Amino acid sequence: MSISLPKPEYLAPGHAACQGCGATLIVRQVLMALEPDEAAVIVTATGCLEVVTTIYPRTSWRLPFVHLAFENAAAAASGIETALKVLKRKGLLKEKKKMHVIAIAGDGGTFDIGLQALSGALERGHKFVYICYDNEAYMNTGIQRSGATPYRAWTTTTPVGKKIPGKPQFKKNLAGIAAAHEIPYVATASPGYHVDLIRKVRRALNAPGPALLHIICPCPTGWRHDPSKTVEIARLAVQTRFFPLYEILYGRKYIITMPVPKPLPIIDYLKLQGRYAHLLRPEMKGEVEKLEKAVNDFYKWLERMAEATKDIPLPSWYHV
Amino acid sequence: MAKVIGLTGDEAVAYAVKQCDVDVIAAYPITPQTVIVETLGEFVANGELDAEMVHVESEHSALSVVTAAALTGARVFTATCSQGLALMFEILYITSGVRAPVVMAVANRALSAPINIHADHSDSMGARDSGWIQLYAENVQEVYDMIFMAYKIAENRDVLLPTMVCLDGFTLTHTLERVEMLDDEVAKKYLPPKPTYPYPISAEKPATYGSLALPDYYFEFKMQQQDAMNKAKEVIPKAMEEFSKVSGREYDQFKAYAIEDADVITVALGSTGGTMRSVARELRKQGYKVGSLTLRVYRPFPAEALMEALSGAKVILAMDRTLSFGAIGGPLFEDLRTLFYDAEKRPLIADIVYGLGGRDLTPAEAKAIFKYGLEIAKSGRIPELVKYVGVRE
Repeated sequence: MSISLPKPEYLAPGHAACQGCGATLIVRQVLMALEPDEAAVIVTATGCLEVVTTIYPRTSWRLPFVHLAFENAAAAASGIETALKVLKRKGLLKEKKKMHVIAIAGDGGTFDIGLQALSGALERGHKFVYICYDNEAYMNTGIQRSGATPYRAWTTTTPVGKKIPGKPQFKKNLAGIAAAHEIPYVATASPGYHVDLIRKVRRALNAPGPALLHIICPCPTGWRHDPSKTVEIARLAVQTRFFPLYEILYGRKYIITMPVPKPLPIIDYLKLQGRYAHLLRPEMKGEVEKLEKAVNDFYKWLERMAEATKDIPLPSWYHV
Repeated sequence: MAKVIGLTGDEAVAYAVKQCDVDVIAAYPITPQTVIVETLGEFVANGELDAEMVHVESEHSALSVVTAAALTGARVFTATCSQGLALMFEILYITSGVRAPVVMAVANRALSAPINIHADHSDSMGARDSGWIQLYAENVQEVYDMIFMAYKIAENRDVLLPTMVCLDGFTLTHTLERVEMLDDEVAKKYLPPKPTYPYPISAEKPATYGSLALPDYYFEFKMQQQDAMNKAKEVIPKAMEEFSKVSGREYDQFKAYAIEDADVITVALGSTGGTMRSVARELRKQGYKVGSLTLRVYRPFPAEALMEALSGAKVILAMDRTLSFGAIGGPLFEDLRTLFYDAEKRPLIADIVYGLGGRDLTPAEAKAIFKYGLEIAKSGRIPELVKYVGVRE
């Protein structure tokens, strides 16, 4: 497949997202991976995306859209995928296009409350794509920390106090959790690198089983950044190795899709975001170094994994 | 001639579900519901039922799977009870809110703590305001028959509400009884055609399901559910009447025994109805004017029909197999008392709370309950508004 833009816009304008919202940008890019003879049922968790696009009696969705609850996007997607399969087998499905099922949830609905349903769906092997747009906190309720909030980031529940300067813990390795299910395809992506992102969604759609994309999602409101900087920050996340772009096939083969041999200093990424403003203080130098060391250690580990698994052949569906 | 076989309540559910040509089943094992899922699993594995089983990791996901699946127009089924139903609680309201015609068997079991696997109604009673239709079966034949009726009611275009078929844990789920089966052809003709949902998910007609409704619209959504419940009051008797015709088994919203001239009538849900009827029959032979009524439909509450059936009684004893902590009485009692508040002739209405955590209600206790009712009829006063039967002091 060659990726040619523009494509039909399945997410209509006029929704209620904040200026510079990373989530709606990601959704538009994700849906560009659909071919003209394909459609998708979108299943979302409760969260910003659902709230800003489906305020009754309006909807921004030009595709079938289902939202049931916060923690069950993967379960609801399982139900739809299964039902469409049975109806097709019984000759009861009257769709001209090939129907995919794409679940979309934020980090709260994925890393935390939705992890059990996600694990169940991945283990059962439903043919669906799960997209996590990770804005690294509960943004819809007003910027509370989640299992995806990075080390020392400010949120309303991890405030910068005299004793504790932001979140004391590091974020979960979601791609690693998903890959531990040995599903065909896991990838990380950034809306700052849209061609890479769309290509990965295409691979996810082609994969012969569950696929998960973990996508970094700058949030001007929660990250306290200029809304015009969303794409720039999404790029810096990759260039500083803060959010490396890679793939894991069948839980075995690691591929770094956007190598960063010479990373930019992590401070270049942090300084554009108000949630890290306290890390610019001289006394926080050690904390920044700790964060920088952690991201570099992880990147080096990824490099070792990619090198060690480079001889594992690529499956045919991978080539897009 | 219809086939007659011996089935437990759980097996009866599975046999009926098979005949209902269900497309998607999702369930999580919980005693005493497990045999339902195991039997359905065998049907699917043997190719006797062309459906997909989704072996979910929790009841929360079970109901999420079937609710979403129902939106495609597929016929769906799940089963649970007790802790499982409690875990589903969030989704119960969403299923009814998106008007998914899900059918669920509830193998009534007590709620923890202390943990207990035996029958009472505290699980399904907790869900009585969740927008689900609730049917309660008295015996295994009714369990089997109610599954067909549940789909007929749930998928009715004027109703589109999820429906629970409640069967007492162990007393019905694990008891082998004689069951007259429906012929496959008869069942097929009785059931509504697919798609089961009038606006199935489609890329050609993309729709948004489960949107956000703010104060300007939310209330109207809820009122539509209330309208659907009210319409179900008309649809349910019709569905039962039609089922009576095709099965030859008489069905109505309740099963009454000797209520016409009874001074005392007990109103019960589930298998206890059989005990009360059998004891009432015995007492009638001895000349006592007692009757019994087993309520098959609890939500929507068949108010008008019950008012008519019970209005001749001097005393009504509500049989609650649950506690409503801190309330005036049990839920059935409160519904019946409310029903008669505006009646010209108001019977005395008292509550009997019994059988929690699977404690048996013996025929001797049932007899004492009727005698207690007769005392109230004679004295004209209720000594205890709520009487707890069969519990240590």
